Amino acid sequence: MKKVYLDNGATTMLDPKVIGAMLPYFNIKYGNASSTHLFGEEAKEALERSRSIIAKSINAKPEEIVFTSGGTESNNFALKSIAFTNKNKGNHIIVSKTEHKCIMNTCKWLEKQGFNVTYLDVDKEGFVNPDELDKAITDKTILVSIIHGNNETGTINDLKALGSICKKHNVYFHTDACQSYTKTELNTKKQNIDLITLNAHKIHGPKGIGALYIRKGTKIKPWQHGGDHEFGLRSGTENIHGIVGFAEAVNIAMNKKHIAYMTKLRDKLIKSVLEIPEVRLNGPIGSKRLCNNANFSFNGIEGEAIGGYLNNKGIASSTGSACSAKTLEPSYVLMALGLSPEQANSSLRLTLSRFTTQEEIDYVLEVLPGIVKSLRKISPFWKE
Amino acid sequence: MYSEKILKHFKNPKFAGEIKNPDAIGQEGNPRCGDVMKIFLKVKDNIIKDIKFKTYGCIAAIASSDMMCELAKGKTIDKALKIKPDDIVKGLGHMPPIKYHCSILGTQALKKAIENYRRSEK
Repeated sequence: MKKVYLDNGATTMLDPKVIGAMLPYFNIKYGNASSTHLFGEEAKEALERSRSIIAKSINAKPEEIVFTSGGTESNNFALKSIAFTNKNKGNHIIVSKTEHKCIMNTCKWLEKQGFNVTYLDVDKEGFVNPDELDKAITDKTILVSIIHGNNETGTINDLKALGSICKKHNVYFHTDACQSYTKTELNTKKQNIDLITLNAHKIHGPKGIGALYIRKGTKIKPWQHGGDHEFGLRSGTENIHGIVGFAEAVNIAMNKKHIAYMTKLRDKLIKSVLEIPEVRLNGPIGSKRLCNNANFSFNGIEGEAIGGYLNNKGIASSTGSACSAKTLEPSYVLMALGLSPEQANSSLRLTLSRFTTQEEIDYVLEVLPGIVKSLRKISPFWKE
Repeated sequence: MYSEKILKHFKNPKFAGEIKNPDAIGQEGNPRCGDVMKIFLKVKDNIIKDIKFKTYGCIAAIASSDMMCELAKGKTIDKALKIKPDDIVKGLGHMPPIKYHCSILGTQALKKAIENYRRSEK
């Protein structure tokens, strides 16, 4: 059976070139970067070369990049560590209602530790309004964390506008850029960002490796203690093969032609799916949407069932339906955009990659209308 | 996550659809939670002669609806009322624990349809 992977928002295929770059670091250049012998030096050299590549990609200095185990760790590190390091200044944190679960659950934990968290509303396309951020900041605010590209709706927040407000109030600004990294501009200086969460496995790099950009001069103490790796900020023997793979993935992904390619496929997909009756697109259209994200709600039918039939046809997708969630609650992100629980339950997310082909999109467009039709036929909420 | 049997009933539900001029209809569930089942019944001499369902819901909900109809068809209404969620789960082989509520919904929708039938008979 044909297999089509349209769940690149969950994770991506490792680029074979990335695998090639990583291989020597498993069994030839396998030293510990802290060791002072030849093996260690090779690892150290690879570590610093990789750090420079990632720093350059976001207009940062190499010493501002701290490698971590991935997006979840970077987000935990940024929020918890900034909160505790700066609690003499205040105990107020601001995030949006559309953050990833690892930000939300970190905030819930911080609330139990005595911090106050404001969860900003978003508009119907998922954007945080900079004016509302401006109003929410108090003299107790120490940190603002706003997701860059949303994993569900594809909404790309205006970091520049949000960052300048944080700068005006002298408040640290963090963004979770796991989905947006290399897919739209990310520039520490132009957008005035103090901390950025990055990861590799959404951009055809390996799982288990990420980074946190920390602007020089930021007051932050280590969260993970040990042998003082990563400038003393994140201890633990560096995952050299992962780091090398991460840097190679970034090198390849920074080519802007990939954005243009994915945008073209995405727009064709969106346009054609919207021709099915009673379908809505969740999130914005155009350049303020992640180039690889499409998210729809199909009236009268449930998302997991659509995904189940797509899976029968070899197509991998995801949904914000309560049925597929461990909590049995519809997606809080979609509901923050004003969708009803019914609309959130009938959502389907299709996320592309630079390896997605025109033929694959055509195949989806060939089978999806029939699936929607047959599910509507057995839906108690659908009248022909 | 799902057993072969669940997927079989999900892919080709034999009882999906509507009965024209049914003797009773029963609906259970809430679209907010993601599952709604509507059951159509044809009853003769206290025996369920025909049964169909329309379900808004996930893979497990559709499979449960179909299995419930399979179990109920041909039974007297008294016996059909004794179908338990576990009977549906058994029929499907295995149900992920988080989806157990789908089998409960199946029996509730059937119960509602039978109640409506009895009310209309009075």
